[in-house]
Amino acid sequence: MSVTVAPIAVAERRQRTTLRERIQQFVPKLVLAPSFLLVLIFVYGFNLWTVFLSFTNSRAFTSFTLVGLANYEKLWTWTFETDPPSSWYTAIVNIGIFGGLYIVFCLALGLTLAILLDQKIRGEGILRPIYLYPLALSFIVTGTAWKLFLDPGIGLEKAVHDWGWTSFKFDWVVNPRMMIYCVAIAGIWQTSGFVMAMFLAGLRGVDGEILKAAQIDGASAYATYRRIVIPIMRPVFLSAIIVLAHMAIKSYDLVLSVTGKNPGGAAELPSTFMYSYTFTRNQMAVGSTSAVIMLMTIAAIMIPYLYSELREKSQ
Amino acid sequence: MKPRSLLLTSAMAVLVLGLAATANAADIKEVQMLHWWTSGGEAAALNVLKQDLTKEGYAWKDVPVAGGGGAGAMTTLKAMVAAGNPPTASQILGYFALDYAEAGKLGDITALATKEGWDKLVPAALQKFTTTNGKWDAVPVNIHSVNWIWLNKAVMEKIGGTEPKTFDEFVALLDKAKAAGVTPLALGGQPWQEATMFDSVVASTGGIDFYKKAFIDLDPAALKSDTMKKAFDNLAKLRSYTDPNYAGRDWNLATAMVIKGDALVQVMGDWAKGEFRAANKEAGKDFICYRFPGTDGAVIYNSDMFAMFNVSADRKAAQLAMADATMSKSFQSAFNVIKGSVPARMDVPDTDFDMCGKKGIADVKAANANGKFLGSLAQNYAQPPAVAAAYDDVVTKFFHGEIKTSEAAVTELIKAINNAK
Repeated sequence: MSVTVAPIAVAERRQRTTLRERIQQFVPKLVLAPSFLLVLIFVYGFNLWTVFLSFTNSRAFTSFTLVGLANYEKLWTWTFETDPPSSWYTAIVNIGIFGGLYIVFCLALGLTLAILLDQKIRGEGILRPIYLYPLALSFIVTGTAWKLFLDPGIGLEKAVHDWGWTSFKFDWVVNPRMMIYCVAIAGIWQTSGFVMAMFLAGLRGVDGEILKAAQIDGASAYATYRRIVIPIMRPVFLSAIIVLAHMAIKSYDLVLSVTGKNPGGAAELPSTFMYSYTFTRNQMAVGSTSAVIMLMTIAAIMIPYLYSELREKSQ
Repeated sequence: MKPRSLLLTSAMAVLVLGLAATANAADIKEVQMLHWWTSGGEAAALNVLKQDLTKEGYAWKDVPVAGGGGAGAMTTLKAMVAAGNPPTASQILGYFALDYAEAGKLGDITALATKEGWDKLVPAALQKFTTTNGKWDAVPVNIHSVNWIWLNKAVMEKIGGTEPKTFDEFVALLDKAKAAGVTPLALGGQPWQEATMFDSVVASTGGIDFYKKAFIDLDPAALKSDTMKKAFDNLAKLRSYTDPNYAGRDWNLATAMVIKGDALVQVMGDWAKGEFRAANKEAGKDFICYRFPGTDGAVIYNSDMFAMFNVSADRKAAQLAMADATMSKSFQSAFNVIKGSVPARMDVPDTDFDMCGKKGIADVKAANANGKFLGSLAQNYAQPPAVAAAYDDVVTKFFHGEIKTSEAAVTELIKAINNAK
C-alpha cells in the first residue's frame, strides 16, 4: 500500500508547488504591468511621437505634413552662428559650462564632505541633514534665493560694501555673460549634499577589514582613500553621474529663476529653448527637433558609458 | 530627458483635467474660466465678473494658472483643448486666439454680438482677433497701451522737469535726473520688457506710420531703413540711464523704484498703474503719466480677451451669459478701473476713471478714429508669436551688447523675422 500511495502524494505536492510557483512568477509581472504600460506609452511612445513631430511642419498644433530634414538643417545652421550668437548656439555652450561645472563640483564637494563626515566625528547626525536639506527645496526656491543673495544692489555685494570693503565687486548675476556660472553655483549648492549622502552610503559599505589591512601595511590616509576606497566606490560614481547628468539637462526652473527670464538671451539652455519653441513660440516642430537632438546627445554619451561600466561589472 | 518628463506631465495634466471636466459636464449652470490673473489687483478685477455671474445664477469654476504673460496657462489650455475638454472661456492674447480659431476650436457668439451691436463699439483693429470670417468667437475685456511713461511727481518737481514732447527732450530730462543723483530710468532687463519699450522707441523715432509699415506690414524696406537703425541707436541711448543692476529684474520691481522715488521714470504699459494703486498712490498727485515722448495721439495696444471655446450644447447658455456679462458697460468700467486699462467698448463713460484712465480712454477713441490704433509687436498683437519672439530675441541681444551695432541689429532683425515666418 505504502508503495502505491507515496508516488501519488509526491505527484500532488509537485502539482501544488508548480501552481504556487506559477502564481509567484505571475504576481510580480501583474504588479509591474501597469507601470510598464504607462512607461511604454508615456515615455517611449511620446519619444517616438516627438521624433515624428520633428519631421513635420507643426506650429501651434501638431501637423502631419512631412518636411523631411528641414528642421534639422535649421538647427544645424544655428549651431554655428556665433556672432551674434544664435539662441541654439548659446544653449549648447551654456549646457557645456553648466553641466560640466555642475557634475564635477557636485562630485568633488560631495565626496569631500562624505569623507570628512566619515571620520567618526561627533554630531554627524546633525550635520548630515543640514547638508542634505537643500535638496528638499524646489529649484525655483533655490533659484530665487540665490538671485536675491547674489544681486549686487541688495545681496552679497551690498553687504560687503556696508562692512567697509567698498571695492568689492561681484555682479555675475546681472551680467549676461557670467549668469550661467551663477546658475551652476545655485545648482551645486542644492545637489552636492545629496551626492554626499550617496558617497557616505558607499563609504559605509566599504569593508573595515580592508582598511585595517591597509593600516597595518602602513598606508597613509590619503593613499588608503586614493588607492582603495575611491576605486571600491566606482558604482557610486556611476549612479551619481547618471543622476547629476539628467538633472543638469532637465534643469529649467533653476535657470529661469536665477537669471530672471533670460535677459539678453544669454542664459538659454536646451531645455528652455525646447520649451519656448514648442509652447510659446508656436514652432513645435523646431522644439521637437531640439528635443530629439538633446535625447540623441545624451544617448551618445550615456549608452557607451553604461555599457562599459555594466559589462565590466558582469565580468 | 526633459521633453520626456514634460510630455509625461502634460499627458497627466490632460488626464486629470479631462476627468475633472467630465465630472462636471452635466452641470449647465457653470462657467469654467482659465486665466492667469492671480496677483492681488488682477484677482480683484476678475472678481467683479465672478460676482456679476453669480447674481445671474452661474457658478464660477476657476482654473487659474499662475505666471505673468500666461506661458503656463497657454500650455494648460493646449492640453485641455487637445483632450477635447475645453474650458467655457479662457483668457487669451492676440494671435493665440487666431491659432485656436484656425484650428476650429472656438465657438460662435455672433448672434449675441449682432444683437448688442459689438461691431460698432469695439475698435476695428481689435475685431481682427475677436472674429474669424465675420463670426464672433472672443470678447475683449480691456485695452492696454504700452506707449506710456510713468514718473514720480516728487522727483520730477525736485529736478524741475517738464513734460518731454520729443525723444530728445526725454533724453534731456533723463540727463537732469542723472545730474541730480537719481536713477533716471527704472528698467527690468527682461526680453519682453526691453522689446515693449522698443515698440515705443520705434514709434517715437519714425512716427506711428513708420511703426505700422515696419511692424504691422513687415515692409523689408522699412525694417532695414536708416530710421530703424536710428531707433536702435535711441534704444542704446536709454541703456545708459539705467542703474547697473537692471538685468533680469521683474517689471513690478522696476515700478516700485519709481513709486519709492529711487528712480524718475519707467517706460511700461498701463498695467504699471495697478502697482501705483496698490501702493495707495494717486495719479496726478504722487505720480504722473505721459504718453511716450513723440507718440502722443497714437496708441500701441494690447488687449486681454476671453476666447469662447466650442463647448457642448448644454454649456452654451452659460457661455453666452458670460460673454454678455463681460461686455456689459458696468463690468467694463468696474474691471478696468481696478486693472488700470481702459474699456474695450467705446461707449463706456469715463466718470469712475482717474486722470490717466480718462486720457487713455480719450486717446484710444481718437487713435481709433485716425488709424493710429496699432497692435504692439512685443505683446503679440502685431505679428504671430514666432515673429514676436524673434523680435524680442534681437532687441534683448542688442540691449545687452550681444549684437554690437544698430547696423547688425537691423540685419539680424530681418533674418530672425524671416526665420520665424
